[in-house]
Amino acid sequence: MSEPQPLTVNDLACARGERTLFTGMSFRLGTGQLLLVQGGNGRGKTSLLRLLCGLAQPLEGAVCWRGQPITKERELFHREMAYIGHVNGIKDDLTPMENLRMSAALAGRHLDEVTAEQSLVRLGLERCLDLPARVLSFGQRRRVILAGLITAGALLWILDEPLTGLDVHGVALVEGLLRDHVTGGGMVVMTTHQPLSLEGVATVPLQVGPLLQPEED
Amino acid sequence: MFRFLFTVIRRDLLLAARRKGDWMTSQFFFVMVVSMFPLGIGPEPEMLRRVAPGVVWVAALLASLLSLSRLFADDHRDGSLEQMLLSPEPPVLLALGKALAHWLIYGIPLLIIAPVLGLQFSLPADVIGVLMLSLLIGTPVLSLLGSMGAALTLGLRGGGVLLTLLILPLYVPALIFGAGAVDASLAGLGPEANLSLLAAFAVLTLLVAPWVTSAALRISIE
Repeated sequence: MSEPQPLTVNDLACARGERTLFTGMSFRLGTGQLLLVQGGNGRGKTSLLRLLCGLAQPLEGAVCWRGQPITKERELFHREMAYIGHVNGIKDDLTPMENLRMSAALAGRHLDEVTAEQSLVRLGLERCLDLPARVLSFGQRRRVILAGLITAGALLWILDEPLTGLDVHGVALVEGLLRDHVTGGGMVVMTTHQPLSLEGVATVPLQVGPLLQPEED
Repeated sequence: MFRFLFTVIRRDLLLAARRKGDWMTSQFFFVMVVSMFPLGIGPEPEMLRRVAPGVVWVAALLASLLSLSRLFADDHRDGSLEQMLLSPEPPVLLALGKALAHWLIYGIPLLIIAPVLGLQFSLPADVIGVLMLSLLIGTPVLSLLGSMGAALTLGLRGGGVLLTLLILPLYVPALIFGAGAVDASLAGLGPEANLSLLAAFAVLTLLVAPWVTSAALRISIE
Protein backbone atom coordinates (compact mmCIF):
# COMPACT_ATOMS: atom_id res chain seq x y z
CA MET A 1 0.00 0.00 0.00
CA SER A 2 1.45 3.35 -1.01
CA GLU A 3 -0.56 5.20 1.56
CA PRO A 4 -0.93 4.18 5.19
CA GLN A 5 -4.37 5.74 5.65
CA PRO A 6 -6.41 5.58 2.45
CA LEU A 7 -9.75 6.63 3.97
CA THR A 8 -9.95 10.20 5.24
CA VAL A 9 -13.11 11.92 6.39
CA ASN A 10 -13.03 15.68 6.82
CA ASP A 11 -15.57 17.69 8.75
CA LEU A 12 -18.53 15.61 7.63
CA ALA A 13 -22.08 16.79 8.35
CA CYS A 14 -25.24 14.85 7.69
CA ALA A 15 -28.91 15.76 7.91
CA ARG A 16 -32.07 13.73 7.41
CA GLY A 17 -34.86 16.11 6.51
CA GLU A 18 -34.80 18.95 9.03
CA ARG A 19 -32.81 17.10 11.64
CA THR A 20 -29.03 17.36 11.84
CA LEU A 21 -27.62 13.96 12.70
CA PHE A 22 -23.99 14.91 13.14
CA THR A 23 -21.59 17.68 12.20
CA GLY A 24 -17.85 18.10 12.16
CA MET A 25 -17.04 14.42 11.96
CA SER A 26 -13.44 13.74 11.02
CA PHE A 27 -11.41 10.55 11.16
CA ARG A 28 -8.83 8.55 9.30
CA LEU A 29 -8.70 4.84 8.77
CA GLY A 30 -5.61 2.92 7.83
CA THR A 31 -5.06 -0.50 6.35
CA GLY A 32 -5.34 -3.31 8.86
CA GLN A 33 -7.89 -1.41 10.94
CA LEU A 34 -11.54 -1.95 11.73
CA LEU A 35 -13.74 1.05 12.47
CA LEU A 36 -16.62 0.07 14.70
CA VAL A 37 -19.36 2.68 14.42
CA GLN A 38 -21.41 2.89 17.61
CA GLY A 39 -24.48 4.81 18.60
CA GLY A 40 -28.15 4.33 19.46
CA ASN A 41 -30.99 3.87 17.02
CA GLY A 42 -31.61 6.87 14.79
CA ARG A 43 -28.25 8.47 15.54
CA GLY A 44 -27.07 8.28 11.96
CA LYS A 45 -24.95 5.14 11.76
CA THR A 46 -26.55 3.95 8.55
CA SER A 47 -26.51 7.49 7.16
CA LEU A 48 -22.79 7.72 7.88
CA LEU A 49 -22.14 4.42 6.12
CA ARG A 50 -24.14 5.53 3.10
CA LEU A 51 -22.13 8.76 2.97
CA LEU A 52 -18.91 6.76 3.17
CA CYS A 53 -19.80 4.51 0.27
CA GLY A 54 -21.09 7.37 -1.88
CA LEU A 55 -24.78 6.44 -1.99
CA ALA A 56 -25.67 9.71 -0.26
CA GLN A 57 -24.13 13.17 -0.43
CA PRO A 58 -22.94 14.92 2.73
CA LEU A 59 -24.35 18.28 3.79
CA GLU A 60 -20.80 19.50 4.36
CA GLY A 61 -17.34 18.03 4.26
CA ALA A 62 -15.95 15.27 2.12
CA VAL A 63 -15.01 11.63 2.15
CA CYS A 64 -11.61 11.10 0.58
CA TRP A 65 -10.08 7.90 -0.76
CA ARG A 66 -6.33 7.95 -1.36
CA GLY A 67 -6.35 11.72 -1.01
CA GLN A 68 -9.09 12.39 -3.56
CA PRO A 69 -12.77 13.07 -2.84
CA ILE A 70 -14.77 9.95 -3.70
CA THR A 71 -17.09 11.96 -5.93
CA LYS A 72 -14.06 12.69 -8.12
CA GLU A 73 -12.40 9.29 -8.02
CA ARG A 74 -15.67 7.39 -8.11
CA GLU A 75 -14.50 4.56 -10.33
CA LEU A 76 -11.31 3.80 -8.39
CA PHE A 77 -13.13 3.98 -5.07
CA HIS A 78 -15.96 1.68 -6.08
CA ARG A 79 -13.48 -0.82 -7.46
CA GLU A 80 -11.81 -1.07 -4.05
CA MET A 81 -14.93 -0.91 -1.89
CA ALA A 82 -17.69 -3.40 -1.09
CA TYR A 83 -20.90 -2.43 0.70
CA ILE A 84 -23.48 -4.53 2.48
CA GLY A 85 -26.59 -2.63 3.49
CA HIS A 86 -29.80 -3.45 5.30
CA VAL A 87 -31.36 -4.99 2.23
CA ASN A 88 -29.57 -7.91 0.72
CA GLY A 89 -29.38 -6.98 -2.92
CA ILE A 90 -29.96 -10.49 -4.19
CA LYS A 91 -32.62 -11.47 -6.71
CA ASP A 92 -35.24 -13.95 -5.54
CA ASP A 93 -35.52 -15.61 -8.93
CA LEU A 94 -31.85 -16.46 -9.27
CA THR A 95 -29.91 -19.16 -7.45
CA PRO A 96 -27.18 -18.10 -4.99
CA MET A 97 -24.62 -19.07 -7.60
CA GLU A 98 -26.24 -16.95 -10.31
CA ASN A 99 -26.61 -14.09 -7.87
CA LEU A 100 -22.91 -14.11 -7.06
CA ARG A 101 -21.78 -14.37 -10.64
CA MET A 102 -24.22 -11.71 -11.82
CA SER A 103 -23.21 -9.19 -9.18
CA ALA A 104 -19.56 -9.86 -9.94
CA ALA A 105 -20.19 -9.25 -13.65
CA LEU A 106 -22.04 -6.01 -12.84
CA ALA A 107 -19.06 -4.87 -10.78
CA GLY A 108 -16.85 -5.55 -13.79
CA ARG A 109 -15.24 -8.71 -12.45
CA HIS A 110 -15.23 -12.21 -13.83
CA LEU A 111 -16.17 -14.87 -11.30
CA ASP A 112 -15.82 -18.48 -12.37
CA GLU A 113 -18.14 -21.16 -11.12
CA VAL A 114 -15.56 -22.95 -8.97
CA THR A 115 -14.60 -19.86 -6.98
CA ALA A 116 -18.24 -18.91 -6.50
CA GLU A 117 -19.06 -22.41 -5.28
CA GLN A 118 -16.09 -22.44 -2.91
CA SER A 119 -17.14 -19.20 -1.27
CA LEU A 120 -20.75 -20.36 -0.93
CA VAL A 121 -19.60 -23.63 0.63
CA ARG A 122 -17.36 -21.70 2.99
CA LEU A 123 -20.45 -19.83 4.18
CA GLY A 124 -22.24 -23.14 4.74
CA LEU A 125 -24.60 -22.96 1.78
CA GLU A 126 -23.61 -26.22 0.05
CA ARG A 127 -27.18 -27.52 0.15
CA CYS A 128 -28.70 -24.41 -1.43
CA LEU A 129 -26.53 -23.94 -4.51
CA ASP A 130 -29.27 -24.72 -7.03
CA LEU A 131 -32.30 -23.37 -5.20
CA PRO A 132 -33.81 -20.04 -6.14
CA ALA A 133 -33.01 -17.45 -3.46
CA ARG A 134 -36.76 -17.08 -2.92
CA VAL A 135 -36.89 -20.25 -0.84
CA LEU A 136 -33.88 -19.38 1.32
CA SER A 137 -34.30 -18.07 4.84
CA PHE A 138 -33.26 -14.54 5.77
CA GLY A 139 -30.08 -15.78 7.43
CA GLN A 140 -29.17 -17.86 4.39
CA ARG A 141 -29.62 -14.87 2.07
CA ARG A 142 -27.40 -12.90 4.38
CA ARG A 143 -24.79 -15.63 3.97
CA VAL A 144 -25.09 -15.37 0.19
CA ILE A 145 -24.09 -11.71 0.20
CA LEU A 146 -21.30 -12.44 2.66
CA ALA A 147 -20.03 -15.01 0.15
CA GLY A 148 -20.18 -12.24 -2.43
CA LEU A 149 -18.10 -10.08 -0.11
CA ILE A 150 -15.28 -12.65 -0.04
CA THR A 151 -15.21 -12.97 -3.81
CA ALA A 152 -15.28 -9.20 -4.33
CA GLY A 153 -11.66 -8.90 -3.22
CA ALA A 154 -12.22 -5.30 -2.10
CA LEU A 155 -9.82 -3.46 0.19
CA LEU A 156 -12.49 -1.57 2.11
CA TRP A 157 -15.58 -3.33 3.44
CA ILE A 158 -18.48 -1.16 4.56
CA LEU A 159 -20.89 -3.36 6.48
CA ASP A 160 -24.19 -2.19 7.91
CA GLU A 161 -25.31 -4.68 10.58
CA PRO A 162 -23.76 -7.71 8.87
CA LEU A 163 -24.78 -9.97 11.75
CA THR A 164 -28.55 -9.44 11.44
CA GLY A 165 -30.33 -12.75 11.02
CA LEU A 166 -27.27 -14.92 11.44
CA ASP A 167 -27.16 -17.82 13.89
CA VAL A 168 -24.30 -18.48 16.34
CA HIS A 169 -22.23 -20.28 13.72
CA GLY A 170 -22.88 -17.48 11.26
CA VAL A 171 -21.66 -14.86 13.72
CA ALA A 172 -18.50 -16.90 14.36
CA LEU A 173 -17.98 -17.17 10.59
CA VAL A 174 -18.28 -13.40 10.15
CA GLU A 175 -15.86 -12.83 13.03
CA GLY A 176 -13.43 -15.12 11.24
CA LEU A 177 -13.90 -13.28 7.94
CA LEU A 178 -13.37 -9.90 9.60
CA ARG A 179 -10.25 -11.11 11.39
CA ASP A 180 -8.78 -12.58 8.20
CA HIS A 181 -9.55 -9.46 6.21
CA VAL A 182 -8.20 -6.94 8.72
CA THR A 183 -5.08 -8.88 9.67
CA GLY A 184 -4.44 -9.37 5.95
CA GLY A 185 -4.20 -5.61 5.52
CA GLY A 186 -7.83 -4.92 4.69
CA MET A 187 -10.07 -2.20 6.07
CA VAL A 188 -13.54 -2.52 7.57
CA VAL A 189 -16.13 0.05 8.59
CA MET A 190 -19.06 -1.60 10.29
CA THR A 191 -21.97 -1.16 12.65
CA THR A 192 -23.46 -3.78 14.88
CA HIS A 193 -25.58 -4.00 18.00
CA GLN A 194 -24.37 -7.50 18.81
CA PRO A 195 -21.32 -8.25 20.91
CA LEU A 196 -18.44 -9.22 18.68
CA SER A 197 -15.25 -10.91 19.80
CA LEU A 198 -12.45 -9.43 17.78
CA GLU A 199 -9.29 -10.19 19.73
CA GLY A 200 -6.17 -9.31 17.87
CA VAL A 201 -7.99 -6.99 15.46
CA ALA A 202 -7.04 -3.31 15.53
CA THR A 203 -10.45 -1.88 16.34
CA VAL A 204 -11.14 1.85 16.33
CA PRO A 205 -14.42 2.85 18.00
CA LEU A 206 -16.39 5.79 16.66
CA GLN A 207 -19.36 7.27 18.46
CA VAL A 208 -22.05 8.75 16.23
CA GLY A 209 -24.40 11.32 17.65
CA PRO A 210 -25.22 14.99 17.43
CA LEU A 211 -21.99 16.61 18.49
CA LEU A 212 -22.92 20.29 18.17
CA GLN A 213 -26.11 21.67 19.72
CA PRO A 214 -28.09 18.52 20.38
CA GLU A 215 -31.68 19.16 19.34
CA GLU A 216 -34.61 18.71 21.64
CA ASP A 217 -37.65 17.67 19.69
CA MET B 1 -17.92 -0.44 -20.75
CA PHE B 2 -20.08 -2.21 -23.31
CA ARG B 3 -19.62 -5.36 -21.32
CA PHE B 4 -21.40 -3.68 -18.41
CA LEU B 5 -24.22 -2.55 -20.70
CA PHE B 6 -24.66 -6.09 -22.01
CA THR B 7 -24.55 -7.53 -18.50
CA VAL B 8 -27.34 -5.20 -17.37
CA ILE B 9 -29.45 -6.21 -20.37
CA ARG B 10 -28.68 -9.91 -19.97
CA ARG B 11 -29.60 -9.74 -16.30
CA ASP B 12 -33.01 -8.19 -16.97
CA LEU B 13 -33.73 -10.66 -19.77
CA LEU B 14 -32.85 -13.55 -17.45
CA LEU B 15 -35.09 -12.18 -14.70
CA ALA B 16 -37.94 -11.66 -17.17
CA ALA B 17 -37.53 -15.24 -18.39
CA ARG B 18 -37.89 -16.47 -14.81
CA ARG B 19 -41.06 -14.43 -14.36
CA LYS B 20 -43.11 -15.00 -17.46
CA GLY B 21 -46.33 -14.02 -15.69
CA ASP B 22 -45.28 -10.39 -15.33
CA TRP B 23 -44.19 -10.34 -18.91
CA MET B 24 -47.42 -11.80 -20.30
CA THR B 25 -49.65 -9.36 -18.39
CA SER B 26 -48.41 -6.41 -20.35
CA GLN B 27 -48.80 -8.14 -23.73
CA PHE B 28 -52.31 -9.36 -22.93
CA PHE B 29 -53.25 -5.89 -21.78
CA PHE B 30 -52.19 -4.51 -25.15
CA VAL B 31 -54.23 -7.11 -27.06
CA MET B 32 -57.26 -6.62 -24.82
CA VAL B 33 -57.35 -2.83 -25.06
CA VAL B 34 -57.00 -2.87 -28.83
CA SER B 35 -59.61 -5.61 -29.21
CA MET B 36 -62.18 -3.69 -27.16
CA PHE B 37 -62.48 -0.97 -29.79
CA PRO B 38 -63.98 -2.97 -32.67
CA LEU B 39 -66.46 -4.41 -30.19
CA GLY B 40 -67.40 -0.97 -28.91
CA ILE B 41 -67.40 1.00 -32.14
CA GLY B 42 -69.00 -1.52 -34.44
CA PRO B 43 -67.85 -3.49 -37.43
CA GLU B 44 -67.80 -0.86 -40.23
CA PRO B 45 -64.38 -1.34 -41.89
CA GLU B 46 -64.16 2.31 -42.93
CA MET B 47 -64.56 3.57 -39.39
CA LEU B 48 -62.21 0.94 -37.92
CA ARG B 49 -59.52 1.77 -40.43
CA ARG B 50 -59.72 5.45 -39.46
CA VAL B 51 -59.32 4.86 -35.73
CA ALA B 52 -56.80 1.99 -35.98
CA PRO B 53 -53.52 3.99 -35.88
CA GLY B 54 -54.55 6.00 -32.85
CA VAL B 55 -55.98 3.03 -31.00
CA VAL B 56 -52.94 0.80 -31.49
CA TRP B 57 -50.58 3.57 -30.51
CA VAL B 58 -52.49 4.63 -27.41
CA ALA B 59 -52.75 0.98 -26.32
CA ALA B 60 -48.98 0.63 -26.80
CA LEU B 61 -48.39 3.69 -24.58
CA LEU B 62 -50.63 2.31 -21.86
CA ALA B 63 -49.10 -1.16 -22.06
CA SER B 64 -45.61 0.25 -21.67
CA LEU B 65 -46.72 2.34 -18.68
CA LEU B 66 -48.10 -0.80 -17.06
CA SER B 67 -44.69 -2.46 -16.97
CA LEU B 68 -42.62 0.68 -16.35
CA SER B 69 -43.63 1.14 -12.73
CA ARG B 70 -41.73 -2.07 -11.96
CA LEU B 71 -38.65 -1.15 -13.98
CA PHE B 72 -36.60 0.00 -10.99
CA ALA B 73 -39.02 -0.73 -8.14
CA ASP B 74 -38.12 -4.42 -7.72
CA ASP B 75 -34.39 -3.73 -7.80
CA HIS B 76 -34.89 -0.88 -5.35
CA ARG B 77 -36.82 -3.03 -2.91
CA ASP B 78 -34.31 -5.88 -2.78
CA GLY B 79 -31.30 -3.57 -2.70
CA SER B 80 -29.75 -4.68 -5.99
CA LEU B 81 -30.22 -1.19 -7.44
CA GLU B 82 -27.91 0.19 -4.73
CA GLN B 83 -25.33 -2.43 -5.55
CA MET B 84 -25.53 -1.66 -9.26
CA LEU B 85 -25.07 2.05 -8.56
CA LEU B 86 -21.99 1.17 -6.53
CA SER B 87 -20.46 -0.56 -9.52
CA PRO B 88 -17.36 1.16 -10.87
CA GLU B 89 -19.12 1.50 -14.23
CA PRO B 90 -20.96 4.76 -14.96
CA PRO B 91 -24.62 4.86 -13.83
CA VAL B 92 -25.67 6.32 -17.16
CA LEU B 93 -24.92 2.95 -18.75
CA LEU B 94 -27.04 1.28 -16.12
CA ALA B 95 -29.92 3.61 -17.02
CA LEU B 96 -29.43 2.96 -20.74
CA GLY B 97 -29.17 -0.79 -20.21
CA LYS B 98 -32.32 -0.95 -18.13
CA ALA B 99 -34.26 1.04 -20.75
CA LEU B 100 -32.98 -1.10 -23.62
CA ALA B 101 -33.81 -4.27 -21.71
CA HIS B 102 -37.31 -2.93 -21.11
CA TRP B 103 -37.65 -2.30 -24.83
CA LEU B 104 -36.47 -5.81 -25.71
CA ILE B 105 -38.78 -7.41 -23.17
CA TYR B 106 -41.91 -5.30 -23.56
CA GLY B 107 -41.49 -3.27 -26.78
CA ILE B 108 -40.50 -5.95 -29.28
CA PRO B 109 -43.48 -8.25 -28.47
CA LEU B 110 -45.88 -5.33 -29.13
CA LEU B 111 -44.26 -4.99 -32.52
CA ILE B 112 -44.82 -8.67 -33.26
CA ILE B 113 -48.46 -8.68 -32.12
CA ALA B 114 -49.31 -5.46 -33.97
CA PRO B 115 -49.88 -7.03 -37.47
CA VAL B 116 -52.50 -9.39 -36.08
CA LEU B 117 -54.29 -6.48 -34.44
CA GLY B 118 -53.98 -4.52 -37.67
CA LEU B 119 -55.90 -7.25 -39.48
CA GLN B 120 -58.63 -6.89 -36.89
CA PHE B 121 -59.02 -3.28 -38.03
CA SER B 122 -58.93 -4.35 -41.71
CA LEU B 123 -55.75 -2.41 -42.42
CA PRO B 124 -54.14 -3.14 -45.81
CA ALA B 125 -50.81 -4.99 -45.78
CA ASP B 126 -48.62 -2.03 -46.69
CA VAL B 127 -50.19 0.08 -43.93
CA ILE B 128 -49.53 -2.72 -41.44
CA GLY B 129 -45.90 -2.53 -42.53
CA VAL B 130 -45.83 1.18 -41.76
CA LEU B 131 -47.51 0.53 -38.40
CA MET B 132 -44.79 -1.94 -37.49
CA LEU B 133 -42.08 0.42 -38.66
CA SER B 134 -43.54 3.28 -36.61
CA LEU B 135 -43.68 1.01 -33.56
CA LEU B 136 -40.13 -0.14 -34.19
CA ILE B 137 -38.89 3.44 -34.06
CA GLY B 138 -41.38 4.57 -31.44
CA THR B 139 -41.26 1.89 -28.75
CA PRO B 140 -37.64 2.64 -27.74
CA VAL B 141 -38.81 6.20 -27.09
CA LEU B 142 -41.50 4.84 -24.77
CA SER B 143 -38.97 2.77 -22.83
CA LEU B 144 -36.39 5.55 -22.61
CA LEU B 145 -38.80 8.29 -21.54
CA GLY B 146 -40.58 5.85 -19.27
CA SER B 147 -37.34 4.92 -17.50
CA MET B 148 -36.96 8.61 -16.66
CA GLY B 149 -40.38 8.66 -15.05
CA ALA B 150 -39.80 5.36 -13.28
CA ALA B 151 -36.56 6.68 -11.77
CA LEU B 152 -38.15 9.97 -10.71
CA THR B 153 -41.10 8.31 -8.99
CA LEU B 154 -39.02 5.54 -7.40
CA GLY B 155 -39.93 4.88 -3.79
CA LEU B 156 -42.86 7.30 -3.76
CA ARG B 157 -46.24 6.24 -2.50
CA GLY B 158 -48.69 6.10 -5.39
CA GLY B 159 -45.73 6.24 -7.75
CA GLY B 160 -47.63 4.36 -10.45
CA VAL B 161 -50.28 7.05 -10.90
CA LEU B 162 -47.71 9.82 -10.67
CA LEU B 163 -45.63 8.05 -13.30
CA THR B 164 -48.62 8.06 -15.64
CA LEU B 165 -49.27 11.77 -15.12
CA LEU B 166 -45.61 12.59 -15.55
CA ILE B 167 -44.82 10.51 -18.59
CA LEU B 168 -47.95 10.54 -20.75
CA PRO B 169 -47.46 14.21 -21.78
CA LEU B 170 -43.90 13.38 -22.81
CA TYR B 171 -45.21 10.56 -24.98
CA VAL B 172 -47.30 13.00 -27.04
CA PRO B 173 -44.73 13.65 -29.81
CA ALA B 174 -44.19 9.91 -30.28
CA LEU B 175 -47.94 9.37 -30.44
CA ILE B 176 -48.52 12.18 -32.96
CA PHE B 177 -45.73 11.19 -35.32
CA GLY B 178 -46.23 7.45 -34.88
CA ALA B 179 -49.97 7.43 -35.45
CA GLY B 180 -49.51 10.22 -38.03
CA ALA B 181 -47.25 8.02 -40.14
CA VAL B 182 -49.86 5.26 -40.27
CA ASP B 183 -52.60 7.81 -40.99
CA ALA B 184 -50.63 9.33 -43.82
CA SER B 185 -50.02 6.00 -45.48
CA LEU B 186 -53.74 5.15 -45.10
CA ALA B 187 -54.57 8.41 -46.87
CA GLY B 188 -52.21 7.47 -49.68
CA LEU B 189 -49.55 10.01 -48.69
CA GLY B 190 -46.05 8.88 -47.85
CA PRO B 191 -45.30 8.15 -44.19
CA GLU B 192 -41.68 9.30 -44.60
CA ALA B 193 -42.09 12.76 -43.09
CA ASN B 194 -43.73 11.49 -39.91
CA LEU B 195 -41.33 8.58 -39.59
CA SER B 196 -38.33 10.89 -39.95
CA LEU B 197 -39.65 13.17 -37.24
CA LEU B 198 -40.31 10.17 -35.04
CA ALA B 199 -36.78 8.91 -35.64
CA ALA B 200 -35.37 12.36 -34.81
CA PHE B 201 -37.35 12.32 -31.58
CA ALA B 202 -36.03 8.83 -30.82
CA VAL B 203 -32.42 9.96 -31.29
CA LEU B 204 -32.98 12.99 -29.07
CA THR B 205 -34.48 10.80 -26.36
CA LEU B 206 -31.63 8.33 -26.62
CA LEU B 207 -29.14 11.13 -26.03
CA VAL B 208 -30.94 12.79 -23.13
CA ALA B 209 -33.00 10.20 -21.25
CA PRO B 210 -30.18 8.00 -19.80
CA TRP B 211 -28.52 11.03 -18.20
CA VAL B 212 -31.77 12.22 -16.64
CA THR B 213 -32.57 8.70 -15.46
CA SER B 214 -29.19 8.17 -13.82
CA ALA B 215 -29.38 11.54 -12.06
CA ALA B 216 -32.91 10.76 -10.89
CA LEU B 217 -31.82 7.33 -9.63
CA ARG B 218 -29.08 8.86 -7.55
CA ILE B 219 -31.54 11.30 -5.98
CA SER B 220 -34.19 8.64 -5.38
CA ILE B 221 -31.78 6.30 -3.66
CA GLU B 222 -30.62 8.83 -1.06
